[in-house]
Amino acid sequence: MLISEQKPLEDILNYVEGDKSIFLIGCKGCAEGWGSGGEKQVAEMKITLQERGKAISGSVVVDMLCNSALTKLKLRSYKKEIAAADSILVLTDGAGVQTVAEVVNKVVHPGCNTLSSGGAHAEWKEAERCLECGDCMLEFTGGICPIARCSKHLLNGPCGGSQGGKCEVDADIPCVWQQIFDRLAKLGQLDKLDRLVTPKDWSVSLISGPPVKRLS
Amino acid sequence: MKTKSNLERVLEAGEFAVTGELGPPQSADPEVIRGKAKILKDYVDAVNVTDGQTAVVRMASWAACLIGKEEGLEHIVQMTCRDRNRIALQMDILGIAALGINNILCLTGDHQKFGNHPMAKGVYDIDSIQLVSMVKDMRDEKKFQCGEEMAVEPRLFIGAAENPFADPFEFRVARLAKKVAAGADFIQTQIIYNVDKFAEWMKGVRDRGLHERVKILAGVAPRKSVGAARYMKTRVPGMDVPDSVIARLQGVPKEQVSREGVKLCVDIINQVREIEGVVGIHLMAIEWEEVVPEIVETAGLVPRPRFVT
Ligand code: SF4
Repeated sequence: MLISEQKPLEDILNYVEGDKSIFLIGCKGCAEGWGSGGEKQVAEMKITLQERGKAISGSVVVDMLCNSALTKLKLRSYKKEIAAADSILVLTDGAGVQTVAEVVNKVVHPGCNTLSSGGAHAEWKEAERCLECGDCMLEFTGGICPIARCSKHLLNGPCGGSQGGKCEVDADIPCVWQQIFDRLAKLGQLDKLDRLVTPKDWSVSLISGPPVKRLS
Repeated sequence: MKTKSNLERVLEAGEFAVTGELGPPQSADPEVIRGKAKILKDYVDAVNVTDGQTAVVRMASWAACLIGKEEGLEHIVQMTCRDRNRIALQMDILGIAALGINNILCLTGDHQKFGNHPMAKGVYDIDSIQLVSMVKDMRDEKKFQCGEEMAVEPRLFIGAAENPFADPFEFRVARLAKKVAAGADFIQTQIIYNVDKFAEWMKGVRDRGLHERVKILAGVAPRKSVGAARYMKTRVPGMDVPDSVIARLQGVPKEQVSREGVKLCVDIINQVREIEGVVGIHLMAIEWEEVVPEIVETAGLVPRPRFVT
């Protein structure tokens, strides 16, 4: 179970600022359970964004968004709506956002912060996808998480040890910043890497925050 | 002048700068540092002291800097984000400035997996670029990272590293631009063996006018043996050692290899000097400090400028 809450609306509006048309995705699994991105929240988000002049090209609430095979299949029936959108807003935890980024070649905005995985990483089995940092930054990294997948949690791009697409720490690990670079290049968004990312607020993360759960 | 740094003064005077490097011992023995300091003293403008390089436990960089300082060296304290969070980093920054060290090199640090305590918890609270901007805010705005103000600021000349040979190559100039925007005063590059690739990177640097906003020191290092060159090529992350370099060392009789290594190093110094935007070299002869005087002399870089203070 991945536990998430919606990001402040202000953040979401900043993310979609330049987008005219948006496709919305939610999940009937954890996000529905935690009230951050189920049927109800997706419907509400649709109205909120429309009120602010955004067109919603379509929306879908998938059964298990973190299952990439399932999600790929499901999104096939929304090809047209997705193609018509400038971007996709995903109202789930980091695992769901990264699934969508992996199966669709389109800008993906995270709509939630992941607070805890409750010990399990959803349907992702092959690697860590989310470190429950509590302040999702997938918006700036092409929908791929550098906190979970860079050996040094770097926020400003690849270190000096990245070579041939591999992480300096282990030749079997891909350098996630190379992956982020490639994806942003594909999306024509390399300028996102020029931003100076300021130090992260670790107090909202599960690894560094107080042991008292932030969840109520 | 932002600081009392000798290195800053040399660079501001338009002199071609030479910095050296010193690795502290894996023990509490100060004599090792004194010995190396004596060799380097008249041949460099400042000496970097590494901070737990390759994640092996060694004497703290700031402590070794103080010992070297007693021998008359100007030091660049290296500071990595691997072992300290922003609280510890800022405490050390205040401390080194108060003790009269004038330069800092901000690094992310080699991953703990490479060292002799691979089971340690890596910190990485902030990254090298954020460290640069934190030091700059402390110095120029008198502000801690949290925004609170301090009475006396740390007057440090701020350095950062860059590796023109890492991937993605297209991002490497952009990354330098980020370090400059964050507030780096000078840059020391990764060791250069592939001069063509370095020149290509420098072209990108000039195209964006970055060489006018930051002082770039080209990293060089002599190799003692064919094995050492091979090790660099295959085992050290982020290195680019062309086959021609290994072939050159292989091409001479065994007893002349280290001589050839020195010659090669001088050749590279002469080549990078010609590249517009390179204002100095950073000579990393770690564990081979005794060769530094010869290299600097042969490259025609002595005497080093002296300023009356
Ligand atoms: S090589 Fe890539 S993944 Fe590995 S530490 Fe460096 S930036 Fe992170």
